[in-house]
Amino acid sequence: MDLRERVEKCLGPEGLMVAMTECRGDLSVEVPKTRLLDVMHLLKDTPDLEFDFLSDVLGVDNLAFYEKQKPKKKPEGEDTEAKKEKGPSPPRFEVIYLLLSLKRTERLQVKIRVAEDDMEVDSVTSIWKAANWPEREAFDMFGLRFKGHPNLKRLLMWDEFPAYPLRKDYPLEGRGEERHLVYGE
Amino acid sequence: MNQDPVSQNDQERLGELVTINIGPSHPAMHGTLRVVTVTDGETIVKAEPEIGYLHRGVEKLGESLTYHQFIPITDRLNYCSAITNNVSYEMAVEKLMGIEVPEKAQLVRVIMMELARIADHEVCVGILGVDLGAFTPFFYLIIQREEIYEIFEWYNGARLTNTFGRIGGLDADLPDDFEERWRELKPNLRKANEETEKLLTHNRIWMDRTIGVSAFSPEDALNWGFTGPCLRACGVKRDLRKDETYCMYDQFDFEVPVGKNGDVFDRYKVRMIEMEESIKIIDQAYKLYKEMPADAPLKARVPKVIKPPVGEVYSALESPNGELGFFVRSDGSNKAYRIKIRPPCYMIYQAFNDLVKGEMIADLIACISSLNVVAGELDR
Repeated sequence: MDLRERVEKCLGPEGLMVAMTECRGDLSVEVPKTRLLDVMHLLKDTPDLEFDFLSDVLGVDNLAFYEKQKPKKKPEGEDTEAKKEKGPSPPRFEVIYLLLSLKRTERLQVKIRVAEDDMEVDSVTSIWKAANWPEREAFDMFGLRFKGHPNLKRLLMWDEFPAYPLRKDYPLEGRGEERHLVYGE
Repeated sequence: MNQDPVSQNDQERLGELVTINIGPSHPAMHGTLRVVTVTDGETIVKAEPEIGYLHRGVEKLGESLTYHQFIPITDRLNYCSAITNNVSYEMAVEKLMGIEVPEKAQLVRVIMMELARIADHEVCVGILGVDLGAFTPFFYLIIQREEIYEIFEWYNGARLTNTFGRIGGLDADLPDDFEERWRELKPNLRKANEETEKLLTHNRIWMDRTIGVSAFSPEDALNWGFTGPCLRACGVKRDLRKDETYCMYDQFDFEVPVGKNGDVFDRYKVRMIEMEESIKIIDQAYKLYKEMPADAPLKARVPKVIKPPVGEVYSALESPNGELGFFVRSDGSNKAYRIKIRPPCYMIYQAFNDLVKGEMIADLIACISSLNVVAGELDR
């Protein structure tokens, strides 16, 4: 049985699978955000999957994708009504977990979507310690909040940095933030 | 706001405990690493690494540069073995576009990557010696590294930041007299390694300073996401060149050395053996390369403007430090939508507190050198 079927068999019956895509042999499965920890435990402990190694955690900002899809000229005056008809906008952020099964040397991407108004995600540091810094980095760069993370602080930028630099609406040149060191207090 | 990384709990015992701030600008802290250590006498109670001093926003830059323009940026990740970074990135884009690289180009890549691996290990072992007070091996090794850089320089004029290859293959073949140069270099490399081993491996001081220092169990190492020599030193036989083979590595005959205790000595020893194995791989790859016809293609047919189809891939290879991966997402335009780099030492260095807790301060320096933490790829 190939990986796709095994993952489907494992996650499908529990209703833990939203979508599954494949790109050049890389299998990617989207799961509901609220059940993330259940999914991870299942993927790690199910005998014929055994994804026991976490390669990386990364965030993606999909703002530009959605802006492209918007009609360029809006009908005047009916801006708010048009929005209501559309319903809630699609979740802006994605968090992607790159998993690896050491025994089978198979890789799987687990994906969750995170809406801008609810940026809280369950931390997987309780399962893999390796998620520690990557999650901190995702918080640093996108503002995603990982619930249950032991030390959720900025990692690469300094603590007082006011923005999230890898978001698509943050300019490449920065906004002129300067670091003012405060000694002592 | 002065946020001290040391928690309140530790500070309560202040008076017995002393906080020492090592780095970011210190000769023993490679590049710009900073560790805030809490010590009880000379024993480390807590060591919290603070990173980001060399953060240049490489991933953000990747979103505003075209695919080919990003190759020189990848040089600046692990600057000890830039070629491996270049190839790793190129492989990710090639995977995204579904390009099959010609065999001859793959062989040249293998030869150059293994040379880079030797150079990287030589720096790592040499510096480890310097940090522990053994200065002589450093010279033996660094002279040979210089010779390897001569070959790189000969290939395309750059020593450190090579910008090796293009998406889809190579822009230039190996220099004509590579064989001659390699024949000269090979015995010197082996001799330098031999002399280093003679000076270090059975040296009483060296053994006392490295054996058992920052030992790590394989379970912990896997949980923390270790890869590369640091994982193999713990006794886990995992090498992407064997396990997820790429670039024709399955055709070469080489051993994957493993350690036992995961301490500084094992990491040193694994690196020393890997250098010898790399020499073997280069020999075999060059032999295959010689059998290729002279006019075999070096580059696959790729469009002038690289526009991969919409999609996302993760591609990894075994860099000298471990699994170096690139996650690339394309939105169909000529620039990547998102590039995420998975640097090997980033995952290893996050376990630093666990690695050095209970050791002496001098062992912290030994540990940090043996992990081969390169600030360029750590902070990106």
